This record gives sequence, structure tokens and C-alpha cells, in this order.
Amino acid sequence: MKFDLKVWGPIIALIVLCVAGAFMNENFLSAANITNVLSRSAFIGIIAVGMTFVITTGGLDLSVGSMAAFIAGVMILIMNYLIPSMGVTVGVVLIGMAAALALGFVAGLLNGLLITKMRIEAFIVTLGGLGIFRSLVTWLADGGTISLDFDMRTFYRPVYYDGILGISWPIIVFAIVAILGEIAMRYTAYGRHCAAIGSNEQVARYSAVHVDRVRTATYVILGVLVGVATIMYVPRLGSASSSTGVLWELEAIAAVIIGGTTLQGGFGRVWGTVIGVLILSLIGNLLNLTDYVSPYLNGAIQGVIIILAVVLQREKRASR
Amino acid sequence: MGMKHLLGAVTLAAIAAVPAAAQTVIGVSIPAATHGWAGGMNFHAQEAVDRLEATYPELDFVLATASDPAKQVNDIEDMVATRNISALVVLPFESEPLTGPVKGVADSGAWVTVVDRGLSEEGIEDLYVAGDNPGFGVTSGEYMVSKMPDGGNIVVLRGIPTTIDNERVEGFQSAIEGSGIEILAMEHGNWNRDDSFTVMQDFLSKYPQIDAVWASDDDMAIGVLAAIEAAGRDDIQFVLGGAGMKEMVARVRDGDTMIPADVTYPPSMIATAIELTALNFVSTAPVSGDFIIGSVLITPENADKFYYPDSPF
Repeated sequence: MKFDLKVWGPIIALIVLCVAGAFMNENFLSAANITNVLSRSAFIGIIAVGMTFVITTGGLDLSVGSMAAFIAGVMILIMNYLIPSMGVTVGVVLIGMAAALALGFVAGLLNGLLITKMRIEAFIVTLGGLGIFRSLVTWLADGGTISLDFDMRTFYRPVYYDGILGISWPIIVFAIVAILGEIAMRYTAYGRHCAAIGSNEQVARYSAVHVDRVRTATYVILGVLVGVATIMYVPRLGSASSSTGVLWELEAIAAVIIGGTTLQGGFGRVWGTVIGVLILSLIGNLLNLTDYVSPYLNGAIQGVIIILAVVLQREKRASR
Repeated sequence: MGMKHLLGAVTLAAIAAVPAAAQTVIGVSIPAATHGWAGGMNFHAQEAVDRLEATYPELDFVLATASDPAKQVNDIEDMVATRNISALVVLPFESEPLTGPVKGVADSGAWVTVVDRGLSEEGIEDLYVAGDNPGFGVTSGEYMVSKMPDGGNIVVLRGIPTTIDNERVEGFQSAIEGSGIEILAMEHGNWNRDDSFTVMQDFLSKYPQIDAVWASDDDMAIGVLAAIEAAGRDDIQFVLGGAGMKEMVARVRDGDTMIPADVTYPPSMIATAIELTALNFVSTAPVSGDFIIGSVLITPENADKFYYPDSPF
């Protein structure tokens, strides 16, 4: 097999980061640090898997970060509301989770329908969503923070911090979502339809692909995955505020691009997205664990990595 | 309450009694409630306005909240053009873009009160009400020293990179100098729970022994506490936040050993500013000058005084 920089680039970058990290700090490869990094990657990671489908289809969703904050806020309010009547029980948690998924579904469906039926640019629809959801959560929180009832938080906490065989739940859920996403993208008609639409919408339409349905579904899937990410996020700190999920949309998009999915659509790679998410999280982790670089420059380093990733892909495209 | 001192410049004695019939309109322009502290500030502004309107029928208030500097400039222009304000109480979103418009208001002859963030040009405002950022750092540092007389290793979480943050950290560093307290590392948690959680997790991985944490903000303290709890570490004796969030004040009051104290940077300073401005129009008390609100240490003994159950912050 010919060595392909586009395929191996992100993996090599990840390995280089890991080796560099191991040399710079002996705790880098400790189980605790690995667990921390993977768990905190899970929110962006779960969302980024959904974003991979949206971008592959030639779309974009800027609303996911605000949507996550809004869903987290509503989920906490619902759970707090139910505690007096239902007590601190599994039932309340399940209703909260169901509400999060339902809200994500509805929000995603709205985005999708506005884009496909009303023919509004995805950028505009989701930019509107970004502002709307962010304002709604600020309004719900009265400018402050929405906090989960303390007993409820203690009860719900294990969903973020515990797991099976030492692997925490966010990591497990992230892995399941990533594997399902990879299968859907590579081995199902749906994945091929997404790529076909992103590559050439007209041709896809003539090939009897239900373009609007497939496209709407990508936003619905993404919305539901935002709900899933929120379910993992809320038990971590038990609160939501206007500063929740700020810039998550851009981190997710960056991870997708670093992973090798093309921003114009037509080609998507879910496992690449996972690597992209891990690369972004590891950079932050390494900068915290070492003192070589001023913390003011964290953003610059992430920016350089994103651009480098795209440069590597561009070389491949030119030679194709 | 606290060590307020009025560094009064000499007031021009020209402030005559206000004609009883005429309505005096006071404009209040503040940033929108986009984070916890600002939420508290909005709450206290609204409360002060309601209270003063009830107390002084001759005063009228117009309150506007802005989500960015440009909107705030528009708000102020509207107040001047349509409400003919006699005074403006402004907490500038940013110093630079607001300096010109506020100067315009002052030149028109209206009274100007600037809160918390100074303008880029001196001498525009009649009254300046602000928190004491270096003092905030010093009070925090002095508490650390008193709590760790034999020194120790601490980590510091900083806010969003700004002058406010730099002044606080410099104050803190000067207060702990020579005390044997060593700062292992400082990193920006951006006054944000999620960011401080992540940074603290990494600090915990990096350093096997941390004696205390200066979180420098109550939101960041919440993230720090969650990270410590998740790691199951018991080497950290306490976490010192700041600002005076009601949940944290409650923990101090209830004798939580991890949160033994808090340092104020009260969002209610907006109420101080509005009250003093109103005083200018309803009394002969001189109120021009600088009013610096000291950062006070909240301990279990005095915590009750700093707990506002209705405030969102």
C-alpha cells in the first residue's frame, strides 16, 4: 500500500504528541491523566462525530455549542422541578435524559427543515441558532447559573466519573458513538448518500437519493448527539450558564477538518474526527502539564495545528 | 460595610437644590447579564432603581443593558436624545470605545458616574465607583499567609487575560512574598467553571503535592473543587475563591473546611454608584470623587452579612 500522508498525517501527529508528552512529563501517560483527557474529549467528540456527517453532506452547524448549553439548562430545570414530587430517583434522571435527547432532536429537526425546506443557507440558520440558544440559556438562568439540586447532583455524578472496569462512562459512550458513526459512514447506504450529496447535489438527486431527507437527517442526528453530550456534561459540574459550551461548535468543526473530512463536503472520515478531537485535547493538556509555552499562546498553537492539517490534505488533493 | 473610604475631591459647591417640580432623569447603562458576576450586577442595579424610584418620586430612572460596546454606545446616545438625562451611571463594557460617547454626555453638562472600569481619559467623570483589584489580590494573599504560616505549595488559577487579572495577581504575589508560600504554577481558567476544571485536573496530574489553591474566583473554585473531588486527592487543604457568589458564601457560613473563606468583589457596587448619584440630586451631600470599595474577607463569623438569597449570583 502506498504511503498516503492524508491518511497517516493525523495519526502521526497524534503519536508525535503522545511521545513528546511522555518525555516532557512522566505523569502524561498515567491512567489518571489519560482518563481525564479522554473524558473531557467526550463532549466535543460525540458532537464532532455528528458534525462529520453534516460537513460531509456539504453543510455546517454553528449552533451546537449554544444548543448544548440550552439543553443542559432545560434538563437541569426539569430535573429540579421533578424532585419535590418524585424524589432523588433514577426516574428523574431518565426523564432528564429523555428530555435532553428530545430537545436535541427537535432543535436538529428545526435546523434541518429550515435549511432544506426554506432553502436558507446552513451558515445563516445555525448562526441564528447560536444566538438564540445562547440568549435563551442566559434568560433561563437570569444571567447567573442554573444549578442542579445538590442531592441530585451527587446521585447523578457517577454518570461522568464512574464507569466499567476503570473506563469512565463518557469514554464508553464516545467510543460507541464513534464506532456506530464509522460503520454508518463507511458501510451503509446512508453514509454513501451523505458523501454523494456533498460531492454533487444535482447528480445525487438524479440518482434517486432523497437529498432533503438525508440532509435533514444529518442535522437531526447531530442534534440528538448534542443531547447525548449534554447528558454526559451535566453530571460533571451540575450546572449550566451562559458560559457553557462556548466555542464548542468551532472545536468540533476543527476536529472534523483535522481528521481529514473536507470542509466543502463529499468526503467524510469518522475515525479521523476522533483523532482530531484527541489531538486538540492533548495540546491543551500538554500545555497545562508543561511550562515551555506561555498560556497566552495556547490558541495560537491550536491554530497552527489546524492549518497544518489542512495543508497536508491539500497536497494530497492536488496530486489526485 | 467594609472599608469604604471616600477619597473626596473638593466638590464644587454649585450643586443647588433641585427644583421640586421638575423630574430628574438618571440613565443607567450596564453590560448585559452574560456571566454570573454581571447577573448579580444586573440584579442589584434593578433593585437599586426600584428602591430609589419608590423613595424619591422626583427621580426617574432609565436602565439599559448592552451585550456589546457598540450597543452600549447606542443606548447612551438614545438616553441623551430621547430622555434628556441629567445624570448617567455607566459601567463601561470596554474602556476605549465608551470614552468618547461618555465624554460627550459629560460635555453636555450632565453628571457622569463611572463604575468599575475606568475610561481611557482622566477627568471625565464626576464620580468613580470601583472595586479594588490590587486590594483583592492582597487580601487573598494575606489570607493565604495567615492560613499557612509555615509556607507551602499552591497553584493559581487566573481569569481572562486582562488588566483586572494582572492587578489581582500582582497584588497576590506581593502579599505572599517571603512567606514561604511557593506558586507551583499559574494558568488561565478564564473565570469559567469548565476551563478551571480542566486546568485543575492537569495541575493534579502534574504535581503530587499541592497544599492549597488560589482559584481567585468563585466560579473557578467550583470547577477546582469538582476536579479535586474526582481525583480523590486529600493533600489540598483548602481552596480560596473570590467575588462572593452566594453558594460559596453559604459554604463559608456553614464552616466547610475546603472553603474556609472568600474575598469580595461585590457586583452590588452598581447599587452604591446609583445611590450616590441619586444623592447628588436629592440632597446637599457632596458625592464627587473616587469611591473605592475595598475587598473584604468573608469568614464564617461575618458570612451572613454577605449572603443575598434573592440574587442570582
